[in-house]
Amino acid sequence: MIMHKKRLVLALTGCSLATGLAVSAFADNAADPSNEAPYQQLVELGFPAPQEGELVHVPPTMADLEDADIHPELKKVIRYGYDLFTNTQQLRGENVFNDMNCSSCHLGEGRQPFSAPVWAAAVTLPDFRGKNQHVNNLEERIAGCFAYSMNGTPPAYGSDEMLALSAYHQWLATGAPMYPSQPIYGRGFPAPDEPDESPDYARGEAAYQENCAICHQDNGAGHYENGEYVFPAPWGDGSNNWGAGIVRVDTAAGFIYNNMPLGQPRSLSDQDAWDIAYYMSSQERPQDPRYTGDVAETLERFGPTFHKRSLYGQVREHDGHVLGDHANFGEKGDIEPWNVGMPRFENLTDE
Amino acid sequence: MNKKQWSKFNLLMGASLIGVSTLAGTAFAETGDAERGQAAAATCTACHQANGSGMNIPGGESWPRLAGLNADYIVKQLHDFKEGRRQNATMMPFANMLNDQQIVDVAAYYSEMPITPGQGGDDVDEALLARGEQLAERGDWDAYIVSCKSCHGPGGTGVGETFPGIASQHAGYISNQLHAWQNDQRSNDPQNLMGAIAKRMSDEDIQAVSAWYAGQDVSAQTGSEEEEAAQ
Ligand code: HEC
Ligand code: HEC
Ligand code: HEC
Ligand code: HEC
Repeated sequence: MIMHKKRLVLALTGCSLATGLAVSAFADNAADPSNEAPYQQLVELGFPAPQEGELVHVPPTMADLEDADIHPELKKVIRYGYDLFTNTQQLRGENVFNDMNCSSCHLGEGRQPFSAPVWAAAVTLPDFRGKNQHVNNLEERIAGCFAYSMNGTPPAYGSDEMLALSAYHQWLATGAPMYPSQPIYGRGFPAPDEPDESPDYARGEAAYQENCAICHQDNGAGHYENGEYVFPAPWGDGSNNWGAGIVRVDTAAGFIYNNMPLGQPRSLSDQDAWDIAYYMSSQERPQDPRYTGDVAETLERFGPTFHKRSLYGQVREHDGHVLGDHANFGEKGDIEPWNVGMPRFENLTDE
Repeated sequence: MNKKQWSKFNLLMGASLIGVSTLAGTAFAETGDAERGQAAAATCTACHQANGSGMNIPGGESWPRLAGLNADYIVKQLHDFKEGRRQNATMMPFANMLNDQQIVDVAAYYSEMPITPGQGGDDVDEALLARGEQLAERGDWDAYIVSCKSCHGPGGTGVGETFPGIASQHAGYISNQLHAWQNDQRSNDPQNLMGAIAKRMSDEDIQAVSAWYAGQDVSAQTGSEEEEAAQ
């Protein structure tokens, strides 16, 4: 396996890190003294330090790719995957029907801890997923983000786009152990602590206008400059649909707290992050592709596995609006993502 | 595709909430008149030049290019100088000479001038330029330096009135400003958006990105777009 030659998985003991911390990194980087305590910069910015027993992985960068000892054809494909991940708008009208790139939510090109670094999926899948109640592999996980977060329909399994994207994910996981037994440092969008006061719409609106509207606009529409992507839309037709992971209020709070305002992570109070998340989650966006034609029925069906953490189907207090009670699917119109609601492995028995 | 209008209302909201109350005032004042602006700008040409190009002054205090900058951005800066939110001994007396009407007029005048090429940064080698390009286009997330492009827009040509164009700006000026933010000499940016980034940059990073943006010549490009529009 050529891929293994330059990688290194360190189980550091007795150095500046807590004992038992498993650190995986690119060997070329391991000589760098900053790698002795990976993510020190994040700790200085207020992120939690890696804890004992956690898997700490530093994904390789695109510069590392140039130096890597892998087949040039593979490099090309990984580069294409990177390009698709950071400029997913090139699939606009085909697979993407909103104003986002994958990197709009997975900051730092999908490498950043506390911004749902995507390599984690490459080492933990295939696994059972509560959202669709069956075992998913990496391609199906990526397809999920197309159907919901990108309000689109995924490229076909095995297609050039899908292969390139999964190659990029897997490349980022280089050196990390498969099916790790430890929890992963910085995985997902961990929510801030429960706020003192329950999240409030009016407070959230004020905090949004103060901290976010300068880029995302007061109406949440984001901003394209001369037709080119700059600031994505946190709600409205240009945003993710009601089925996307970030509509869960706790996930939104976690995203915001750890990543926004851009360049100043963890600068908001826990209360502000929850208030803004609540305000943002109380706005309209394209319909959930699993919509049955009735918001209450959809909520009943997908509440237990998903919408119990979102405000979908809830009555908005200040104006009585029922969130998600519409048949607006955004720019994609009546295109139905082919992967949604597709059962699998139905013939397998329990033993 | 998908061309959207930047909502003025939003910016006013945002701006007034972050305490730049003058912005709201000027926006409702009379709109700028470039011809009147030309008269009011007579004293500016000594430094910013007749064509608004400014000048790169290696080792000294460079005069920024004003030609083609967003008018509302210029208005904000002039008020910031006048009201002491942006400190600069050279520039302050000239900002003080202008009344509110003259400020919108000179802003209109300079914003309508064609962009001129950036100067300086030629002393930088390939490796440093590549570092500059990386910071500009992709950032360095290990140091939490968000790409400049994510705020200053594709190509660094600016986004609305809040995020000025920095491509084709002089290397000396870009570098001076980034150092000024690092030393808390400049802190008139909304929400500390620029300061937070600048403070994470090394001297070498600053040199690299300044040279790279100075070398991104958007002057010709803008010219041809205008010609197309005129036809
Ligand atoms: C609107 C925001 C958003 C966009 C855009 C988005 N994602 Fe996600 N993504 C999420 C959220 C939220 C999660 C779930 C994080 C969690 O575990 O709570 C997630 C999870 C993932 C995971 C699993 C990570 C893990 O820890 O297992 C992968 C892989 C992934 N996304 C890939 C993509 C790809 C590829 C794209 C572009 C096609 C994309 N995402 C676009 C929000 C987004
Ligand atoms: C300086 C500009 C800026 C500010 C201020 C800012 N954001 Fe963002 N935000 C961005 C950019 C840029 C991205 C996408 C990142 C990328 O493409 O690299 C983003 C992404 C997002 C996303 C994920 C994509 C989407 O549109 O749903 C959400 C949600 C979001 N921001 C919410 C907020 C909130 C809430 C605040 C205020 C606390 C905020 N942002 C402040 C620039 C900003
Ligand atoms: C003696 C030289 C000098 C003169 C004359 C001068 N300026 Fe300046 N100007 C400067 C310098 C130096 C700076 C950069 C200040 C700093 O470093 O903060 C500057 C900055 C500016 C800026 C901010 C640009 C930016 O990109 O943020 C504006 C706007 C401006 N000047 C307008 C004017 C106008 C209008 C006049 C005439 C009324 C004028 N200046 C006269 C030297 C001058
Ligand atoms: C999070 C948003 C953000 C990012 C990222 C960002 N900037 Fe800025 N920058 C700003 C804002 C806002 C201003 C305007 C400040 C003001 O209004 O006075 C600014 C102003 C500047 C100026 C002064 C321009 C002038 O004409 O005076 C320079 C130079 C600059 N930025 C360079 C950079 C570089 C180089 C990078 C990348 C390393 C960068 N910026 C990244 C937000 C950002």
